[in-house]
Amino acid sequence: MARMKFICDAERCIECNGCVTACKNEHELPWGVNRRRVVTLNDGVPGEKSISVACMHCSDAPCMAVCPVNCFYKTDEGVVLHDKDVCIGCGYCSYACPFGAPQFPGQGTFGMRGKMDKCTFCAGGPEANGSQAEFDKYGRNRLAEGKLPACAEMCSTKALLAGDGDVVADIFRNRVVKRNKGAEVWGWGTAYASQQVGQAAPAKEGAKK
Amino acid sequence: MIRFFLLCLMGWVLTACSENDQLLGSKKDAVAYAGTPNGFAAPGWKAGDKNSWEQQLRSRGQYGMNDHTRAPD
Repeated sequence: MARMKFICDAERCIECNGCVTACKNEHELPWGVNRRRVVTLNDGVPGEKSISVACMHCSDAPCMAVCPVNCFYKTDEGVVLHDKDVCIGCGYCSYACPFGAPQFPGQGTFGMRGKMDKCTFCAGGPEANGSQAEFDKYGRNRLAEGKLPACAEMCSTKALLAGDGDVVADIFRNRVVKRNKGAEVWGWGTAYASQQVGQAAPAKEGAKK
Repeated sequence: MIRFFLLCLMGWVLTACSENDQLLGSKKDAVAYAGTPNGFAAPGWKAGDKNSWEQQLRSRGQYGMNDHTRAPD
């Protein structure tokens, strides 16, 4: 199996926040903790696009690199998880993460910063699979139940895809080919300025204008 | 005898200078395909069988997210 990955199809996302609600409900997250958020680009401008963002379970995760107590670990499927018994709530991961994934619940009378909480790809944590302790600390472990993350499964327009990277990429590629556009927004064409299906040919360097 | 007693006493006193292990790193997590005993597992796959779990996730992904196969054009 390839690595577990999320991808959000900006052409389909309607900013309904169903993924956010599904996540909060599935894991019974406390007030103020949003493991997933919907971000709108060019809000209010015609042609605005929305994408759903959470922990992207990076292959070379910066949160893992900066954690002073080494509380992060990666599963065989490439899911980045952490151990709340080891976390000291310092917030370094929050500064390192380019997606704003780490969340810190306010605790106590003065709203002291608690231990970090983030998207687990619905894979729980280092407690026993499906145990109450795991649910209390990390939320439901849907992967161990043979299910995919709740946010993606609940997505009404199927904009948010989650699962085996090969399967997810296959579904997305198929969509782009069928609708004949989309690769110009996200993907190799943008990253490497190469021509993809449904994309206009890149302007040649030094061409006469 | 007194020397031996003093040595033992010194050894006992010096144990206060020792430190408990403070190992960094998280606990060992169980693999996802091991399944869960909570009764919410999706039917159609065998807990502990990695191939069966992977196949379950693949087919669930295709059925649940690939609407081009659910409603072919």
